[in-house]
Amino acid sequence: MAEWFNELAAEFKLNFIDGDRWKWLVQGLGNTLLITFFATLIGIIIGILVAAVRSTYDKNSESFAARGGFSWLLMRLVNGICNLYLTVIRGTPMVVQLLIMYFVIFASSTNDRLVACIAFGVNSGAYVAEIFRGGIMSIDNGQFEAGRALGFNYVQTMIFIITPQMFKAVLPTLCNEFIVLLKETSVAGYVGMMDLTKAGDLIRGRTFSAFMPLFAVALIYLVMVVILTKCVGILEKRLRKNER
Amino acid sequence: MSDNVLIRVRDLKKYYNGDAIKALDGITTDIVHGEVVVVIGPSGSGKSTFLRSLNLLELPTSGSIEFDGAEITDPKTDINLHRQKMGMVFQHFNLFPHMTVLRNMTLAPIKLLKKPEAEAQEKARELLRRVGLADRAEAYPSQLSGGQKQRIAIVRALCMDPEVMLFDEPTSALDPEMVGEVLEVMKELAQMGMTMVVVTHEMGFAREVASRVIFMDGGQILEEGTPEEVFDHPKCDRLKTFLSKVL
Repeated sequence: MAEWFNELAAEFKLNFIDGDRWKWLVQGLGNTLLITFFATLIGIIIGILVAAVRSTYDKNSESFAARGGFSWLLMRLVNGICNLYLTVIRGTPMVVQLLIMYFVIFASSTNDRLVACIAFGVNSGAYVAEIFRGGIMSIDNGQFEAGRALGFNYVQTMIFIITPQMFKAVLPTLCNEFIVLLKETSVAGYVGMMDLTKAGDLIRGRTFSAFMPLFAVALIYLVMVVILTKCVGILEKRLRKNER
Repeated sequence: MSDNVLIRVRDLKKYYNGDAIKALDGITTDIVHGEVVVVIGPSGSGKSTFLRSLNLLELPTSGSIEFDGAEITDPKTDINLHRQKMGMVFQHFNLFPHMTVLRNMTLAPIKLLKKPEAEAQEKARELLRRVGLADRAEAYPSQLSGGQKQRIAIVRALCMDPEVMLFDEPTSALDPEMVGEVLEVMKELAQMGMTMVVVTHEMGFAREVASRVIFMDGGQILEEGTPEEVFDHPKCDRLKTFLSKVL
């Protein structure tokens, strides 16, 4: 028993203490969190915009078509662009998108982290947009009609009546998307970024000991996801209290 | 007399799928200030479509609707302004579940009429008292019964001081024992002189409260008149068959 424990302690020292290798993990974790945070932000912004366009188109195409003219043409064009974006992003693997962003679109950029944030944000935006749109469409149309019948215009109805209900409805799915995003950033190593996963792998390569660094990395991801899930649970409970 | 017309409907048509389905097939009628118009007819007759066209929740294919002297079917008209003066009550209440009763009632007056919050709340509480729900101001819709929800929906619309109230089968989704309390509120409203257009299957209400009854089928008005004329001396056969089934 003591022998086993000593072995473990030696492993720990080799992987994390020697050469201050724990600092790699910290640095990697920092990058992972940074990328996740800004990608989430970008994803939400893109998601709101695309969902707004798509659901506006779905809900108002009849009245726009009746009015015709330039606004109808513009509406169709913007909706078409959004659809193209969703198709391309959801139809290709994240790693391929990251590689294209890094080596083609932003080939001249030297800011690795910025490129990663944009690549993951643009990817996440497509999923967030569909989550929001699904949420909007799941709200009973009667809610929408009640708002319009009171005299609210389309945007006011969305802001005061639909969005608050939509947000509550999509919160679990949205949380899931961010958990996926957090873990998805682990492919950032493909373009030479030192994120948490890459850091663990670097330690493994240096010490030729796989168990400690890889399990440490897995544990850190797990803890982050558990914390995130807990936070959303609390938020959900507080939102639900309004209704009972 | 013609100056007294609040809503003027001319040759209103609503077609779906080109002209395969004619939900409304040429409706012409005037709704006068203070009138209580009850629209009856079998399901699919177009009566709900007609009502929902009056505030453009349904966009008519052709024809015109004038409200308060303004042609609201003209795309250049700001329909949102006119809707503020047309209260609507739905079959399924459509209260906002994420807001208290009071907030449901004061949202539109505060945001659209720019009323001070205190004033809007005072008016809302007064209306709640009148429908016997003063103690439910802070409740959420999920805590209310169907009849209570519909009474709240009615006073929510009244908070905007509408010139006309549109009722789209207001009692059809209610348990039978709750129908009475909602009809009672509507009756009071009629007695106070509110202009009302009511789509309903409650023939007793139509007979007692209506100043005019419209019978619709196939997207057309087949017969209209006072409750006595329509219920006691029906002229067209379609109406006679309909009445024999519902009375």
